[in-house]
Amino acid sequence: MITLSDIPRRGGSPFTWPMGLFLAGLATAPLWLAPIGLYQYLGVEIAIWILFALGFNLLFGYIGLHSFGHGAYLGIGAYAFGLFQKNVDVSLWGGLGAAVLAATLAGALVGACLSHRRGIYFALMSIGFGQLFWFSAIKLRHITGGEDGLLGIPRPDLVIGGWRFDLNDNAAFYWFVAAITGLVTLVLWRLANAPFGRVLQAIRQNETRASFVGYDVWRYKWATFTLSAAVAGLAGGLFAMAQQSAYPDVMSLHQSGLIVMMVLVGGGLVSFWGPVLGVLLYFIARDVLGGLTETWLLWYGLMFVVMVMVRPEGVAGLLQGLRRRPDGRPAPLGKA
Amino acid sequence: MALFTAQNIQKRFGARVVLENISLSIEAGTVHGIMGPNGAGKTTCFHVLTGQHRPDAGRITFDGQDITGLPPHRIARLGISRSFQIMNLFDDTVVLENVLLALPAFRAIGRSPTRKVFGNAALTDRALEVLALVGLEDRAWDKAKALSYGDRRALEIAVALAAEPRILFLDEPTSGLGAEATRSLATLIGRLRSRYTIVMIEHDMRFLFDLADRISVIHWGQVIAEDTPAALQANKWVARSALGGTA
Repeated sequence: MITLSDIPRRGGSPFTWPMGLFLAGLATAPLWLAPIGLYQYLGVEIAIWILFALGFNLLFGYIGLHSFGHGAYLGIGAYAFGLFQKNVDVSLWGGLGAAVLAATLAGALVGACLSHRRGIYFALMSIGFGQLFWFSAIKLRHITGGEDGLLGIPRPDLVIGGWRFDLNDNAAFYWFVAAITGLVTLVLWRLANAPFGRVLQAIRQNETRASFVGYDVWRYKWATFTLSAAVAGLAGGLFAMAQQSAYPDVMSLHQSGLIVMMVLVGGGLVSFWGPVLGVLLYFIARDVLGGLTETWLLWYGLMFVVMVMVRPEGVAGLLQGLRRRPDGRPAPLGKA
Repeated sequence: MALFTAQNIQKRFGARVVLENISLSIEAGTVHGIMGPNGAGKTTCFHVLTGQHRPDAGRITFDGQDITGLPPHRIARLGISRSFQIMNLFDDTVVLENVLLALPAFRAIGRSPTRKVFGNAALTDRALEVLALVGLEDRAWDKAKALSYGDRRALEIAVALAAEPRILFLDEPTSGLGAEATRSLATLIGRLRSRYTIVMIEHDMRFLFDLADRISVIHWGQVIAEDTPAALQANKWVARSALGGTA
């Protein structure tokens, strides 16, 4: 007989050991990146993609909507940031606000069109909308700069109280990106482990049952789509700062496929932390394998194929398999 | 006044008329059986009554309120709950959470980004209570997909009960169960009947005749007879149409 004392009080505090490890890694990266032969800018890239991937996984892994066009919202964020700097004001928070706002609006609009669909129809339509945005970015030359994109986007200074930080310095910029990624990760973790996150997972497993116990499935899908687009927009704004430009490639089908691949390889289907592992693995493969051979993408692709065939739960699933509890029972909460 | 009524329900899929003309009137506190041969439209009838399909004609009321054409989640929130013939569970989720998710009090915090999932003792307590009702309290931490067929049937009913329904629709609850499990299910429904209004599709005639207060016989998408089990058994026409053959 199970009594209340057997019920874990988990799902409360986000400060679990993976979170500790993650935040510690994020906070100390500049200290050890160079000594192990990597470089500062890589940290920026990884932090931005982690942000993008974690937001994306709420949609992909949690509620199970397989969007193959999410690069679009990264791109919309990047363009919005650039356009704000050029046309409105050179402002850090203004630019990032515009990036989030634009991606949220686009996400809300597309989400409203897509949330009635599922499976292959959802996937195809998400690609369709993604291509629509990508094509617009190329064709609306007078606004977006066409295929060249927006160049020379400034990195405005960060002002906190009387302190002013020049973000053109890559180290300072890294701290800024890392702080935002850390904060958003805490928020997303909380969301994923609150009732909201549990309902998303229930909907993924059985939409019919979810609606027959009273959940408005459409609304949950739409909200999740919009939220993941908003996070992608924020990542896109930071990406525009990092690259000091915004260009159509950011929202290409290639980018959209890349994020799906990272999340799958990392194990976003079974763990909140899967996407983080996937992003790390990708960038390590790119820089380490890429240093050895020009055909690194071939090897990465092969690894992806083997992974999907042998371990569809990804790296996170692999790790979970290793630390299964001795009595053979799965940990009470599917996702840690 | 009847708790739940369906008046002249019609449902077509393309050119095929599945429900020709269904009228039901279910009194509060009763067990109402629905029987009929395969393909008679019983499950479609449930789908229409609980919102999965919108009827092409007719009117459905619950507690005096017109609920025709409302989406499933709105109907569920009114206190209409159902189980499925083909089981519909959250398979990768533990048994306790399957029930927890169905509690109206959990649904009320479902959008909350900050509450704890298992942190609310009152909620988990209530979920365990429901599990105890169907005898699954010891399996609370097993994944739904790890349960045996009979236990999954019981969980299916537990999830429907967790929604704290005022009326419970059960679609062939004995389907696939052995004699033993069918008997314990009969005991369970016997216990539930004092607390819930129950509408039940069933092929097992003895099971249905033992439990139901009234039975509607559906054939060719129409209600061809409606009466008490005793009266139906005496009805030569029903008996001869092979519907009550096993009774």
